[in-house]
Amino acid sequence: MELHELTIVQAHQGLEKKDFSTLELTKAFLNRIEKKNKEISAFLAVNREAAISQAKKVDDLISKNKNISILAGIPLAIKDNILIEGQKTTCASKILKDYIAPYDATCIKKLKGQGVVILGKTNLDEFAMGASTEYSGFFPTKNPQDLTRVPGGSSGGSAAAVAADLCCAALGSDTGGSIRQPASFCGVVGLKPTYGSVSRYGLVAFASSLDQIGPITKTAEDAQIVFQAISGKDLLDSTSVELSETRSLSVDRERVSVKSLKIGVPKEYFVEGIEPEVEKVIKNALKKFENLGAKIEEISLPCTKYVIPTYYLICMSEASANLARYDGIKYGYSKGKSLLDVYFESRAEGFGQEVKRRIMLGTYALSAGYYDAYYLKAQKVRTKIIEDFNRAFEKADVIFSPTSPTSAFKIGEKSTDPLAMYLGDIFTAPVNLVGLPAVSVPAGFTGKLPIGLQIIGKPFEENKILEVAKIYGSN
Amino acid sequence: MISKREVQHIAKLARIKLSESELKKFQKEISAILDYFNLLKEVDVSKTKPTFYPGLSIMREDKAEPQLTNIANKLVEAAPEKKNGYIRVKAVF
Repeated sequence: MELHELTIVQAHQGLEKKDFSTLELTKAFLNRIEKKNKEISAFLAVNREAAISQAKKVDDLISKNKNISILAGIPLAIKDNILIEGQKTTCASKILKDYIAPYDATCIKKLKGQGVVILGKTNLDEFAMGASTEYSGFFPTKNPQDLTRVPGGSSGGSAAAVAADLCCAALGSDTGGSIRQPASFCGVVGLKPTYGSVSRYGLVAFASSLDQIGPITKTAEDAQIVFQAISGKDLLDSTSVELSETRSLSVDRERVSVKSLKIGVPKEYFVEGIEPEVEKVIKNALKKFENLGAKIEEISLPCTKYVIPTYYLICMSEASANLARYDGIKYGYSKGKSLLDVYFESRAEGFGQEVKRRIMLGTYALSAGYYDAYYLKAQKVRTKIIEDFNRAFEKADVIFSPTSPTSAFKIGEKSTDPLAMYLGDIFTAPVNLVGLPAVSVPAGFTGKLPIGLQIIGKPFEENKILEVAKIYGSN
Repeated sequence: MISKREVQHIAKLARIKLSESELKKFQKEISAILDYFNLLKEVDVSKTKPTFYPGLSIMREDKAEPQLTNIANKLVEAAPEKKNGYIRVKAVF
C-alpha cells in the first residue's frame, strides 16, 4: 500500500511502529499534490514549509519514544472558510482574496494540539454557497472519479482531496449538505455533526443557525477520530455544548447491535426526481441491514416538499445579515471614492453571482412588509419539520436515505439554473434545519460514479450513526 | 414577476451596485425563486411557533473579558486603510 492511500488509523500505526517517518508521510502527500492537483484543482493553497516543519516536530517526539496522539503527524487539508493563523483564508471569494487569518479557529487549535500536519486550504463554492464548487470565485474543482463532473459542494475541494489521496483526511463545513453531498459524489465519508457539537469559532459565518464543521475521511472510523478531536464546549461559540458522560465520544463505549436496530425510511424520499440507480443502491443497502437482523420501518416526513423553500429562505436571510460585514472597510477588497461608494462598489466587484443572488433574496425576505410572509413563515415551517423528525424518531433509532437524489452531475449542467441546483439539497438540508447529526457513506456506484447513503441520528448520537456506518462498511 | 424597481430597491438595501445586465438577470431569477418559495403559503402555521435556531439557548454573564492586544493589532492590520492603530473610514458627510 502506498503511503498516500493510508487511513488515519493505518498511518498512525505505521508511525508508531516506525515503518515510516512523519516527514516521509507528509512528503508522500506533498508529492502526490504536486502530481495530481493540476487536473483536480482541489487546493487553493498548499503550505509546504509549514507542513514539513510540523512533520519534523512529530518525528522528533517519536524519536524520543514519546507517546503520540492518534492524529499526530497525520496530513490534513482544511476547507478555506476555516481560519488558520497567519495563512490566507479566502472563502474562495475575491472579496477576501488577500485576507490573512489573525487567529486559529477553535477546531484548528484543537487539531494543532494533537500534532496534525496541515497541508493546505481547499476550494469551495464562494462563502460555501453552492453544491458543485463551480461557484468558487477562483476556479472549479473536478471530481477525481470523472474529471468532466463536479465533486459536489460546497466542500468540493476537501472531498476531492480525500478521494484523490491528496490528504489523509479533511475538514469541511455543512450548512445544508456541504459535507455530505460532496462526500457522496466523490465516494468518501462525510460527517455533519449535531448543531452544537463542534465550535464554529473561526469558521467564516454563512448561516449561523445551520452551519457546522465536520470531517471528510476515507472511513467511518477516521471520521470518529477527527470528530472526537474537534468537538466539545467552547466559550467562544455560545451554541457549542459539552457532551455528557452518557453521550461520551469514546469509540468503544457505544457498541451498536444491528439486531435491535430500527431503521426508519421516509416514504416521501422515494417518489419522484430520484435517479433510478441511486434508489437501487439505497434499497440494496437497506436489504443488507435487513439480512443482518435490523428492522426496517416506513416513516413519514410530510413536510418534505417544503424543505427547500424553508431552508433557502432561512439560509439566505441569515447570509444577508452575516455578509453585511464585507463592507470594504474592515477587511478585504475595497474600492470607491465616498463612504457609500465603498460599500456599493467593493461588494459589486468582490462578490460573485450566487453570493449576490442569495444576499439579495435574503435582504428581500427580511425587508419591511415581507418579513412575516417569508422569513418568519419559514421559521414556523421549520418547527413543523422538526416535529416531523421527532415523530419519526419515536419509531426509528436511525433514518436511512440517499445523500443526494443524483450522482455527480456534469460541470456546467446546473450552474446557470440556481433553482435546479437548490433542489439537490432535498435530503440533506432538513438535517441542518433540525440540527441533527448525519453521515454520508459510500454505498455503491452507477458506472464509475459513487452513490452515498445518508444515516441520520438523534441529536448528539454521532457515535451511533458512525458505528452503524462501520457495520455497513465491514459487511 | 417582481419589477425592476423592486430589484433596484433590494440591491440598494443590500449595498450592492448592479449593472444593467445583472439587473435584468436578477429580476428573472429572483422572480422564479420567489415563485417557488410561495409554496410555503399553503402551510398552516397558525398554531406553530418559529424556531430560530435548533440548539439550546445559552447565555453568559454580561461581563467584559480582556482581549489579547496582539489580536486587536492584527485585526486593524487587516483593514484596507488604517492610521495610528485605528481603522480609517471615509468621511460620513
